[in-house]
Amino acid sequence: MLSVSHLSCTRGDKRLFSDVSFTLAPGQWLHLEGDNGVGKTSLLRLVCGLSALEQGQIQWQNLSVVHNPEEFRANLAYLGHQLALKEDLTPLENLQADAAVAGRTVSVFEAMAALAQLGLRGREHLPVRVLSQGQKRRTALSRLALSHAKLWVLDEPFVALDGAAQNALSNVINQHLNQQGMVLLTSHQAVSLQGQGLSYRLSA
Amino acid sequence: MSAFLAIVKRDLTLALRRKNEVITAVFFFVVVAALFPLGIGPELNTLRLVAPGILWVGALLASMLSLGRMFAADHADGTLEQMALSPNSLSVLVAAKILAHWLLSGLPLVLLAPLLGLQFDLSTNALWILTLSLLLGTPLLSLIGAIGAALTLGVRGGDVLLSLLVLPLYVPALVFGAGAVEAEISGLGASAHLSILAAMGLVAAVFSPWASAASLRIALES
Repeated sequence: MLSVSHLSCTRGDKRLFSDVSFTLAPGQWLHLEGDNGVGKTSLLRLVCGLSALEQGQIQWQNLSVVHNPEEFRANLAYLGHQLALKEDLTPLENLQADAAVAGRTVSVFEAMAALAQLGLRGREHLPVRVLSQGQKRRTALSRLALSHAKLWVLDEPFVALDGAAQNALSNVINQHLNQQGMVLLTSHQAVSLQGQGLSYRLSA
Repeated sequence: MSAFLAIVKRDLTLALRRKNEVITAVFFFVVVAALFPLGIGPELNTLRLVAPGILWVGALLASMLSLGRMFAADHADGTLEQMALSPNSLSVLVAAKILAHWLLSGLPLVLLAPLLGLQFDLSTNALWILTLSLLLGTPLLSLIGAIGAALTLGVRGGDVLLSLLVLPLYVPALVFGAGAVEAEISGLGASAHLSILAAMGLVAAVFSPWASAASLRIALES
């Protein structure tokens, strides 16, 4: 279970948000809403531990994330605006290298299946640089299909995807929720997923 | 450990797919080392005297050419974020980056040095010591450089700042590296110099990945 209490964030003199609290139980997903610039990405980075906490607490399985970062990171998959893909490597090589950095070994078959799930069959051996923007995003998202992490933190996962890819991604996320996973995501569109969905509106 | 190897492998594969970046630094070293004998003239005694210094300064500058790229690409495409979120310690992953940097920009210099040393009429023993001093010294350059590269990551005009930051820290490596070859030529024996170089390398190997990882976390916060 992820529980976030009384988070706040300041950038320069400007206070982006304060006193943000929510909890996420297994099988639940939380849709973080808010206008542009209100601090959605900042909140996600704060939760992941990429930015230092100014105020408040983040607990994973009732333990503070600050004091037990390894345990938390082993259960965390984060997808930000930057896709973390190497343009000169193929989608297959990217997935295998990413999995190794995240502490897992992934066989070629598993990686091929994950790419196929997001409709990239036949593109496995092309360098990422020749793929279209949407295909690059699909490659990055297929990382999720391989992930064993309990908590997925996704920043605008549905952006730049066509209808088929949005459905494929929804399926991957639903599967994760069915296996008692948790998802924290931002999106400017309406999101419909299985399981119990919460929504949190971020405002200044 | 598998994450360590995966990062080394990824960086080497990327370098093979984009060879020009590696080749530029190596050619820089070759050209710098080849220009001096042409400029100084065929006076063998003078050449022997300046050889260790020139070859070491050349290696130092060549290794610095590629420092700016050590973390820049990973920072730009978000790979660094994923490394910071890995359950593996970031220091270990950074150590893998440093090893890959040395394999790509240090090791070629070590292998080329004896060939370039011939232009300066160095004796066989002196050539061996030169190669050995570079073998011990170039990892130290990559290790020190990593701290500088991590500190200047994301800073505008970071490349120039990086040279100003790192070059003074390279001085001990230069003094003892070139000193080893000079000591060998003058008949004093190079073992003392080489031992100090190795000792500095070991201290840096412990300290540098940790310090670089700490600076990278700061760079990621903004």
